[in-house]
Amino acid sequence: MSRPLRQVHLAAHFPGVNSTTVWTDPSSGSQIDFASFEHFARNAERGLFDYVFLAEGLRLREHKGRVHELDVLGRPNTLAVLAGLAAVTEHVGLVGTLSTTFNEPYELARQLATLDHLSGGRAGWNAVTSSDAFHGANFRRGGYLDHADRYERAGEFAALAKRLWDSWPDEGPRADPASGVFLDEGTPSRVRHTGAQFDVDALFDVPRSPQGRPVIVQAGDSADGRSFGAEHAEVIFSLHAEFADAQDFYRDVKGRLAERGRTEESLKILPAATFAIGDTAEEARERSREIALQQVRPETAIAYLEQIWNRDLSGYDADGPLPDVEPDTGSELTHGWANRHAAVRARVDRLRGIAEADRLSVRELVIRLTAQHTFVGTPGHIASEIDRYVQERATDGFTVVGHLTPHGLDEFAERVIPLLQERGSYRSGYEEGATLRDLLGLPSPVRGDVPAGAR
Amino acid sequence: MPEQVHVAVALEGAGWHPAAWRDPSARPRELVSPAYWRELLRTADDAAIAFATVEDALSLPVRGEAEPAPGHVGGRLDAVLVASFAAPLTRRIGLIPTVTTAHPEPFHVATGVQTLDHASRGRAGVRLVVGAPPAEVANFGRRSDAISGLPASGRVEDSPEVLAAFREAGEFADVLGRLWDSWQDDAIVRDVATGRYLDADRVHRIDFEGEFFSVTGASIVPRSPQGRPIVTALAHQSVPYRFAAEHADVVFVTPRSAADAAGIRTELDAAPRAAGTPLRVFADLLVLVEESRSEARAAKARLDALAGAPLASDARIVAGTPDDVVEEIRALAAAGVDGVRLRPARLPRDLLAIAERVVPRLNAADALLDAAADTLRGRLGLPRPESRYAREKALS
Repeated sequence: MSRPLRQVHLAAHFPGVNSTTVWTDPSSGSQIDFASFEHFARNAERGLFDYVFLAEGLRLREHKGRVHELDVLGRPNTLAVLAGLAAVTEHVGLVGTLSTTFNEPYELARQLATLDHLSGGRAGWNAVTSSDAFHGANFRRGGYLDHADRYERAGEFAALAKRLWDSWPDEGPRADPASGVFLDEGTPSRVRHTGAQFDVDALFDVPRSPQGRPVIVQAGDSADGRSFGAEHAEVIFSLHAEFADAQDFYRDVKGRLAERGRTEESLKILPAATFAIGDTAEEARERSREIALQQVRPETAIAYLEQIWNRDLSGYDADGPLPDVEPDTGSELTHGWANRHAAVRARVDRLRGIAEADRLSVRELVIRLTAQHTFVGTPGHIASEIDRYVQERATDGFTVVGHLTPHGLDEFAERVIPLLQERGSYRSGYEEGATLRDLLGLPSPVRGDVPAGAR
Repeated sequence: MPEQVHVAVALEGAGWHPAAWRDPSARPRELVSPAYWRELLRTADDAAIAFATVEDALSLPVRGEAEPAPGHVGGRLDAVLVASFAAPLTRRIGLIPTVTTAHPEPFHVATGVQTLDHASRGRAGVRLVVGAPPAEVANFGRRSDAISGLPASGRVEDSPEVLAAFREAGEFADVLGRLWDSWQDDAIVRDVATGRYLDADRVHRIDFEGEFFSVTGASIVPRSPQGRPIVTALAHQSVPYRFAAEHADVVFVTPRSAADAAGIRTELDAAPRAAGTPLRVFADLLVLVEESRSEARAAKARLDALAGAPLASDARIVAGTPDDVVEEIRALAAAGVDGVRLRPARLPRDLLAIAERVVPRLNAADALLDAAADTLRGRLGLPRPESRYAREKALS
């Protein structure tokens, strides 16, 4: 008898506020209207995805002293959208990115527990840290934490959140009208924590939610980030989607679990993946090229280089060679982008090397850097590739990112998912009442596995 | 023509009577279930109620030793998220979650309520609660200025701490308003020819520096249907009245009688306020409704006995028939309030009575003010504000 196939897990990433999101396409809709999110989530549910995934906005990106104008800018509040989606979906998980730097554990744990109740056990939290004073300027703490402190805060934050979630009994309040006892003596249990970042003496005011603890997702890739991930993450949203690299990352991260008493199934790795679908391989390649040209318009390409060069390059031609000026290593021209690179000069030299070797224009170089699709091909090709990654332990699945709002994953759900189902590596339906934890095949949280953390 | 008023409801746990959860009609184990909130808010929506406030607090009710009070409902859901959950499930009703100003970040609250306004197509508001009770302070653990209540005089102005809490809440409200104004209505241009998604000149940093907060950037959320969602506050005396007059669109007050309501109205009308913007005054009434007065009195007596004390409330209590409630509302209307906010003693029982017995009677008596409008602002007869930054730009 053959071994059962490993099952593919898929998350649906709502397109963000970046150049991946093509707003110039006539079929592109609103990034703000709730109807967009509703369509997106309902499509993910039709495609039997594990969860819908939302990023977070804490400040509008700025470039050259002004809010950035070229890409989509502005998005709704993550938690509020997810609570609305809880009302209009039944099965799909609802995962939001929420910062451990600009929130307080009591409040965020309460909001996530609320979302878990409202969705019947479908809530998840992508726990991220934020480092810079630029975002911090919108918050009352002023926000700046250096790198080590922000992971210390993240670790204390997650541990404290888990203890708050665990502080109510599984069965909820007694609520016995006859005796008049709503809460039994000692319910909830008091959570005391004194640490470098938090000093609380808390009585949590949300009863135990359906999952006990919402699922914790994590994306950081630094040493501190990987260590946080090994400790707390139940899903890792990685950027390692190239096959060999993905296999290495998978082996490394899963290898760290045993020493922490965790099983391989207790953590799923779902790298981001983009795609271009065609009826033939040739058509898919054309489609991929067409999308890349929409994503990287001439002005977008120049703005991208300006972020790296840290200087105004508006006089340069996107169809010409790379700028002949040196990068400016002074104060930052751009704020709020995810990828900052300290070694600017080395990076510029590397880009010049690539452009010269392959005779690339500015725009072609930027397309190569930012707009290559993870999977390009027929639906059959894409399904078999996804399956190969999972069967050969490069990933447990993918976080799929489309380029259009809100229809970006419609075709994927219609054409690729049925082929994964035919292969036997994807669910054929949702089980009634399944939680997000159930969909992901994660073990139930063990009460009391969080150290009190007092020091 | 009779005086007309808006009718709103205030939704709190199992209801406003502390023993409401022990009423035979209560569903005390469902207070954190989605079905419970879906039904409550749909009931209110179907009944042509202007808006529902959703109560909240960031701590459990505690007794002396700061331990949970075993006889009280303990455990609730975040109100902004309950309202957000209700937005796609309802069509007309305004959704006004309660938010305290002492702990949350105004940036998160501003974007959350704006998102509620987008998702509900212009039906969002927020009720601001001032101050940091000790149990909340212990839960958050980041500030040391807990306020355990009013000073012995009972007057806000006699407590520097409470006055400071009102200044903090004032800044909080100011930041909300600035963030809501930070995108002009027409900021998103989607101009394919120039490749510009938005016009950076129509998005404004708020650069707010205050005693309690500093917030630099614009909101991340584009301007919402109402421009600024409705801000509300509950007020019982002069300092809170002035806070409401300065920062709110709707103020909830607690007159002991119709004459008292007229006096409060006069004091509010005299408080300083931005020119040209009306302040809507809603009188709160705690209501327990049965078909006869004797049934209502008996129901209240049963709950009082279970609670071990007669019901005490800041708001006037009406335990009676639907006609009794209608009479109280009409008396308040005659005294000059714009609306009443009914606090059901028992949920869902008294909400159903309001929806099925009280509102139709008001309607039949032509005493219900229910303007046909798409947004909550429109229903309350409040103008849609222009962004202050657009106005400043036009003047410069």
